[in-house]
Amino acid sequence: MSELVILKNVQNRSLLTIEDYLDVGGYRALKKALFEMNPEQVIEEVKKSGLRGRGGAGFPTGMKWSFIPKNIDKPRYMVVNADESEPGTCKDRVIIEKNPFLLMEGITISSYAIGSKSCYLYIRGEYYDQAMILKKVIEDAYKHGYFGKNIMGSGYDLDIYLHRGAGAYICGEETGLLESLEGKKGWPRLKPPFPAVSGLYGCPTVVNNVETLSAVGPIIEKGGDWYASLGTPKNGGTRLFSVSGHVNRPGNYELPMGTPLRTIIYDIAGGMKDNKKLKAVIPGGSSVPVLTKDEIDVKMDFDSVAAIGSLLGSGGVVVMNEDTCMVKALLRITRFYAHESCGQCTPCREGTTWLKRILQRVYDGEARLRDLDDLMDIAFNMMGTTICALSDAAAMPVRSYIQKFRKEFEYHAQHKCCDVTPVKV
Amino acid sequence: MPTITINQKSTTVPDGTTIIQAAEQLDIEIPRYCYHPGLSIAGSCRMCLVEIENMPKLQPSCNTRVTEGMVVQTNTEKVKDAVSGVLEFLLTNHPLDCPVCDQAGECYLQEYYMKFGLYDSRMDENKTKRHKAEVIGPHVMLDTERCVLCSRCVRFVREVSCSNEIGIFNRGGQSEIRLLPGKALENNYSGNVVDICPVGALTDRDFRFQCRVWYLNKVNSVCNGCSRGCNITIEVNRQRPHHGEGRRVMRLKPRFNPEVNQWWICDEGRYGYGFIDAPSRILQPRFKKEWEYETLHWSWAVEYASRLISQVRESSGVNSIVVIASTQLTNEDLFVIRKLFGEDLGIHQIDYRLPEQNPSEGDNFLLRADRNPNTRGAEAIILEEQGYSLEQAIGAGGTEEFKLLYVFEQDLVKKLGMETANRFLECFESVIYQGSNENGTSVLADIVLPSATYAEVDGTFTNFEGKVQRIHQAVEPLGDSFPTWQIVARLAKAIGRPFSYECAEDVFADLAQRVVEFENLSYEKIGDQGGKLDEVSRVRA
Repeated sequence: MSELVILKNVQNRSLLTIEDYLDVGGYRALKKALFEMNPEQVIEEVKKSGLRGRGGAGFPTGMKWSFIPKNIDKPRYMVVNADESEPGTCKDRVIIEKNPFLLMEGITISSYAIGSKSCYLYIRGEYYDQAMILKKVIEDAYKHGYFGKNIMGSGYDLDIYLHRGAGAYICGEETGLLESLEGKKGWPRLKPPFPAVSGLYGCPTVVNNVETLSAVGPIIEKGGDWYASLGTPKNGGTRLFSVSGHVNRPGNYELPMGTPLRTIIYDIAGGMKDNKKLKAVIPGGSSVPVLTKDEIDVKMDFDSVAAIGSLLGSGGVVVMNEDTCMVKALLRITRFYAHESCGQCTPCREGTTWLKRILQRVYDGEARLRDLDDLMDIAFNMMGTTICALSDAAAMPVRSYIQKFRKEFEYHAQHKCCDVTPVKV
Repeated sequence: MPTITINQKSTTVPDGTTIIQAAEQLDIEIPRYCYHPGLSIAGSCRMCLVEIENMPKLQPSCNTRVTEGMVVQTNTEKVKDAVSGVLEFLLTNHPLDCPVCDQAGECYLQEYYMKFGLYDSRMDENKTKRHKAEVIGPHVMLDTERCVLCSRCVRFVREVSCSNEIGIFNRGGQSEIRLLPGKALENNYSGNVVDICPVGALTDRDFRFQCRVWYLNKVNSVCNGCSRGCNITIEVNRQRPHHGEGRRVMRLKPRFNPEVNQWWICDEGRYGYGFIDAPSRILQPRFKKEWEYETLHWSWAVEYASRLISQVRESSGVNSIVVIASTQLTNEDLFVIRKLFGEDLGIHQIDYRLPEQNPSEGDNFLLRADRNPNTRGAEAIILEEQGYSLEQAIGAGGTEEFKLLYVFEQDLVKKLGMETANRFLECFESVIYQGSNENGTSVLADIVLPSATYAEVDGTFTNFEGKVQRIHQAVEPLGDSFPTWQIVARLAKAIGRPFSYECAEDVFADLAQRVVEFENLSYEKIGDQGGKLDEVSRVRA
C-alpha cells in the first residue's frame, strides 16, 4: 500500500472528535506554521510541494495564494469550496465524514498564509449530514481554541462561517460560489478581476477545494519536498480517486499522483464486475473527455491525462463496461449540464439545451446522420466562448463520445435502435 | 495612453478604455447585445468576441481593457465563426415572428444576421414556448420568446432607474425576464428599456402596431416637457398617413447628449407629444361675436388684431396693454415678442411668470419641477429689460387702465384657478389668445390665433443650465397654424413696423446681437449638442 496523506489514520475509523484528532498528532502542523514560520514561508513550502488545486482545474495552490496583494488595507478572505457537485465525484465527502479536523487544520494554516481573518466554508446543500458534522467540528475547534481569537496563543485570529448552498452545480465554480455566498444568484463573474484581487465582497479572496486544503497540514508538518516526492514531477502528492461504475470495488481511494488508470481499475478497484469487458472510462468527473479501453495506460496526473486529450478534473473515475450504451450515457450527462447551466452566456444557455434535444432524438431513434455533425459543430461553438467552464464541460463529453464511439451513434441514427442493448422504438 | 491596433488601424486611447470603445473610435463595428455604454458590463452575450494577439482564447471586447501595443483582429475566420455561432444560438429558440414584430427594421437580430450570420438554420427541434405579449407596466409590453437575455433592461432598472422591477428568473434554457412578485414596470423611466432592448422583447405599448419603423422620418429636437431639455428625435410618419389613426408624430426617442440626458428620457416627456396631433388643436384664426365664434382668414385676423393693438395703444396708452408670454415658446418667438411689443410699441407690461396653483414636482434624475423647456431663455430675453411683475398685477386684481390682454400659449384658468383667472380677465375689454391647443383661456378669448407646436417649427430652447439647443421642424404646422414668431412678424408688418426675418436663423442672429447672454452663439455653434449661454457677460452687463 502506498503512503497515505489525507486518509492516513482513518482507514478503519473516523476522527470526529478533537481528542481523537489530537491523539494521532493533529494540529502539530498548525503549531509549526504559527510559531516557526511566517506566512511567506508557508506559501513557499506549499509551492515547493507541487500541490495543485484538487477541485478540477489543477492550478498550483501556492501560486494562487501568492496572487493575494500584499499591503492592502482590505480584509482578505479564505473561502473553502465544499460544493462538491461534479457527477462521479465524492472525495470531499469522505474527508468531511472521516477526517474533518485535517480540513480545519489546513484551513487555519492556509488562512494564516494569506493573512485572512475570516473564512467561509461553502458546502453543497445536499450534504446535510456532512454540514452537521462540520458544524460540530467547528464548535469543537472553537472550544479548544483552534478557531477564534489568539489561536494556540500565537496572536493569530481566525473566524470561520459555515454556509450551505442551495443545490446549484454552478455554485461550485469559484466566482459563482462567491456570488451565492454574497446572497445573489449563482452567476459566475466576468474575469478579470480575479478573486485574488476582487473576490468576496470585493476583497482579495482565495477559493480552495476541500481536498487541496486537507493536504496543507501534512505538507507543513513533513515538508514540501516530501509531499512532492509522493507524486510525479509538477504533480505533487496523492490524490483521492472516486471510482464508480462497473467495477468490483467502487469507492474512494487515495493514491499517488501518476498511478496508471489500469492499476486503478484492475488492482485497486478489483477489476471489472462480472468479468465484462471494459468499454470506456471517464477519468475525472463527467465533464471531461471520455477515454477508451485502449487509453487506460495513462498515468493519472494532471499533465499526463491532458497529454492524451482528456483532463484529470476532480478525480471521479467512472468505469463503463461493454453493455453500456454510449448514446444513453452521453444523453444523461448532457441532460445534467442543460439542467445546470446558469443561463448567463448565450452559447451555454442555448447550446446545452440544443445538444440535449438532438441527443434525445438520437437516443429515441429519430436521428439523421447529419445530426452527429451538427452535434460536433454545436459543441465546438460552445467551447472557449463563455465566462466560465460549464459550457466546455458540456461540450467536451459530446465531442469525445461522438469522436471515439461514432459507430454507436451512427448505428442509432441508421437502425433507430441501440446496438448494445436494443431499445424498443 | 496606450496604443491599440484593430484590423491594422491604430489609435491611442485613454487608460481604462475597452476594446469595444476603441473600435468605435476607429469606426470598426463589433456586434454586441449586452454591452451598453450607459450600463455596467455584463459580458454574457458573447457577441463581441475578438482575437487578441498572444491570447489563445477569444476575448469579449466589452470587458477587455486596452493595453499598450495590443493587436486585435475582429474579422478573422475564428472570430467570424464564433460570432455567427453565438448568433445561431440566440436564434435557436427565437420565434422569427418579424412580420408581426414592432422591432423589425431596427432589430439587432435582423441586423447582425445579415452582417455576421447568413448561415442556414440547423434548428429542427421544437422551439421553447414562453410568455408572450405580456403587459408589464403602463408603457411596456414583454415578449420573452423574442428575448436574448442580454440583461440590459435588468441592469437599467438596477442602475439607472434604481427601481428593481424586473429580473432574470429560472436557470439555463428556462431563463426568462419576469417581473418581481407584486411589482409592475411603472417607474417614470420605464420607456427607456424599450430603447435599449436590442430585439423585440420589450416593445412600447404606445407605439405597438401603429407604424412600421421604416416609414418613420427622424428629426432631431429637444423635449418640451421640462427645463432639462432632453435631446430627442421626433419620429414622424410621413409616408403612410393611414397608419396609426392618422397620427403624424409616432413616437419620441432619446438622443444621446452626455451633458444633458445621456441616453435617457423620462416617460412623462416621451409620451407627452399627444397634443401635437390632438383634436384640441386650434386650426384656424377666429374671433368671438356675441356668444359665437366666427372663423377668419389669416389676413383678416392679422388686420383685426393689429388694428385692435394700435387703437388701444393710441387711445389708452401703453399701460392699458398686458402681454403674457410663455416659457413653452422658443428663444426666437420670445425675442420677436420683446421686439414688437416691448421695443417697438413701448409696452413694458410683458411677463411670462404666472403663479402656479398646482406646482409640479421633479425627481432626482432628469425630470425638473419646472415643466417648461425655455424658462431660462425667457429669463434672458424677456426679463433683461422688463421689470414688470404679472404676479403683482394679478394679486392686485388688475387696474382700471387695463384694456387689452395678449396671451401666448399659457392657460390662465388652469394655472390661476377659474375664479382668479376670470377676475383678472374681466379687467380687460378684449383678450387675444395665441396658442396651439384649446384650453380654458382660449375659449374665453375674443380673438384666437393658431400657432404651431414645437414639433412644427425651427428654433432653440434654453435649458435650466443655460444650454441653448436646436429644435427642428419635424412636421408641417397643422391646419392654418403658423410658428409664433411668424404670426408676430405679420402683426408687426400690419402695425407698420415690419421685420426683415426670413427664417428662424435670422431671428436668432438678431437675438444674438441684441441679448447679451446669447452674444457668442449661432445655429452653427449650437450644432447638435447645444451651446452654453454666456452667463459671465450677464454679470458684466
